[in-house]
Amino acid sequence: MRINCPYCGERDLGEFVYFGDPVPRPDPSAADAAQRFHDSVYLRDNPAGPHQELWYHAYGCRGWLRVTRDTRTHAMLGSAFASDPA
Amino acid sequence: MRYSLFALAREAFRSHRGWQPVWRDAAPRPHYDVIIVGGGGHGLATAYYLAERFGIRNVAVLEKGWIGSGNAGRNTTIIRSNYLLPGNQPFYELSMQLWESLEQQLNYNTMVSQRGVLNLFHSDAQRDAFARRGNAMLLSGADAELLDADDVRRMLPLLDFDNARFPIKGGLLQRRGGTARHDAVVWGYARGASELGVDIVQNCEVTGFVRDGDRVVGVETSRGRIGCGSVGLAVAGSSSRVAKMLGLRLPIESHLIQAFVSEGIKPLIPGVVTFGAGHFYISQSDKGGLVFGGDIDGYNSYAQRGNLPVIEDVCEGGMALMPSIGRVRILRNWAGLLDMSMDGSPIIDRAPIEGVYLNAGWCYGGFKATPASGLCFAHLIANGSSHPVATELRLDRFAAGHLIDEKGRGAQPNLH
Ligand SMILES: Cc1cc2nc3c(=O)[nH]c(=O)nc-3n(C[C@H](O)[C@H](O)[C@H](O)COP(=O)(O)OP(=O)(O)OC[C@H]3O[C@@H](n4cnc5c(N)ncnc54)[C@H](O)[C@@H]3O)c2cc1C
Repeated sequence: MRINCPYCGERDLGEFVYFGDPVPRPDPSAADAAQRFHDSVYLRDNPAGPHQELWYHAYGCRGWLRVTRDTRTHAMLGSAFASDPA
Repeated sequence: MRYSLFALAREAFRSHRGWQPVWRDAAPRPHYDVIIVGGGGHGLATAYYLAERFGIRNVAVLEKGWIGSGNAGRNTTIIRSNYLLPGNQPFYELSMQLWESLEQQLNYNTMVSQRGVLNLFHSDAQRDAFARRGNAMLLSGADAELLDADDVRRMLPLLDFDNARFPIKGGLLQRRGGTARHDAVVWGYARGASELGVDIVQNCEVTGFVRDGDRVVGVETSRGRIGCGSVGLAVAGSSSRVAKMLGLRLPIESHLIQAFVSEGIKPLIPGVVTFGAGHFYISQSDKGGLVFGGDIDGYNSYAQRGNLPVIEDVCEGGMALMPSIGRVRILRNWAGLLDMSMDGSPIIDRAPIEGVYLNAGWCYGGFKATPASGLCFAHLIANGSSHPVATELRLDRFAAGHLIDEKGRGAQPNLH
C-alpha cells in the first residue's frame, strides 16, 4: 500500500501512522452532548468499501492527511491535507 | 457414529468404506426457533450448546461461504487464559476448562495440546506487570508461574540470551495453555450440533432482516426468507456490515492480522513463546512448521490480505528473539478479518432490537474463547440473561464507562 501525500508525493505505507475516522468533536454544550460524545468516540460506520480516514505522515512532512481508500481492496481513491476543506 | 478404537479397527477391516459424513449439509427450512448467523467457531459452538445444554434443537446456523472459512480456519490456534481484568479472566478460564474436556465432550479429536504459553519479559517493570497478571490468573483459578532467565534458558536454549538491548529476564508461563486444531474445532462442534438436530446451512448469506413491529422475526438470505423466534449474530469481522442491516452502528472497526508458517523443521519450540519487547509470537505445529505472527496491520480492512511493513516488523521481532530461525523459509502467509472493539474486549449481549443477540468484538483473540463464547451466547439466548462469567461483556459498557481495556489504551482499536 502506498499513500499519495499532497506534499511529498506517493510514499510507502511504512512512513505513515493510522488514526482512523475523522470524527468531528461534538458540541459540548448541546443538550444531548453525552450521547453525541459516546457516538463520536465509540461508534463507527466501519464500511466495506470507500472509507475516509486520517493518516499522519510521521516519516515525511509530518502533515495530517485525509485519505479515501477502499477497505475491500486497499485501492487509494484520493488524499488531501486534513486541514483542507472536505 | 461414535469414534473409537473399535470403530477404527472395524473400518480398517472393510477398507474404510463405512465412514459417514461428519455432519449434515442441510437445506434451509422455513422457520427455526433460533437462527445463528455465521458458521465460524463461535456460531457452531453456540448452536451446539443451545441443543446440548439448553435443549433448543430447532436451530439453524447460516453461513455465507463454507463453515470455518473465516477466522476460525485462519488463526494461529493459541489457547490460554492469561488475562488481567475481572471482566475477562473468569470467562477465559471457563473457556480453558471447556477446552480441557472438549474431546471427550464432542467425541472428536480437536488436538488440544497443553504445551504451555510463555510470555517473556525483558525489564524489571515488565516483570512486575507480569507478576501482577500472574496473581490475577491464580485468583481466577487458572495456573501461572513466574520463571527467571535460567528457567527460560532450560526450556528454550536457542533464544538470544545475549541481547543487550532486550535481555530476557524471565517469563510468565501458563502450562495449561497451548494450541488446538482450528479446523477440527469447527468440525467437532458442527458434528455435535448436527447430531442433535441443528441444521448447518452453507452458501447462505444473510442479506437483511424481517421485522414485525419492533421485533425481528426472520432473515432474508441468498437462499430465501427464513423465519425465526430469535437470531444470534456471530459473524466476527463482518459484524458492522450485518448490524448495518438492522440500522445499528457498533463500537467496532474491522482490521486485518497476518500469520505465517515456515517449512517443517525438527522440534525447536516446545510451546508457545511471545517476545515481550516487540510484537512477535511463535509456536511449532505437529508437522514441524513454525507458526508465527505479530501486530495487526493497523488500518480498517476487509481485504483479508496484508501489507509488507508488518511482515518486516514481525520478522525483525523473530530475529531479535531467536536469530537461529533466520535461514528458515516462509511457506505461506495469509490474513483474516478481525472485529476490533473499542476497548479490545468482546461483546456478548442483546442487541437493542427485540429478538436479536450480538456476539462480536473478538479482536485477534477469539479462537481461545470459542467454547466459552458458544456456551455463554447460548445461555443468553436460551435464558435471556448473561452467563455469570460474561456479565461485563455488555454492549452498553461504552456508554456506561465500564470499559474492559486490558492495555489501558483507550478507544483506538489498532492499539489493542
Ligand atoms: C491470522 C489470525 C490469527 C489469529 N490467532 C489467534 C490465536 O492464536 N488465538 C486466538 O484465540 N485467536 C486468534 N485469532 C482470532 C480468532 O480467529 C477469531 O477471533 C475467531 O475465530 C472469531 O470467531 P469465529 O470463529 O466465529 O469467526 P469466523 O470464523 O470469522 O466466523 C464468522 C463467519 O460469519 C460468516 N458471515 C459473515 N457475514 C455473513 C452473513 N451476512 N451471512 C452469513 N454468514 C456470514 C463468515 O463467512 C464467517 O464464516 C486469530 C485471527 C487471525 C485472522
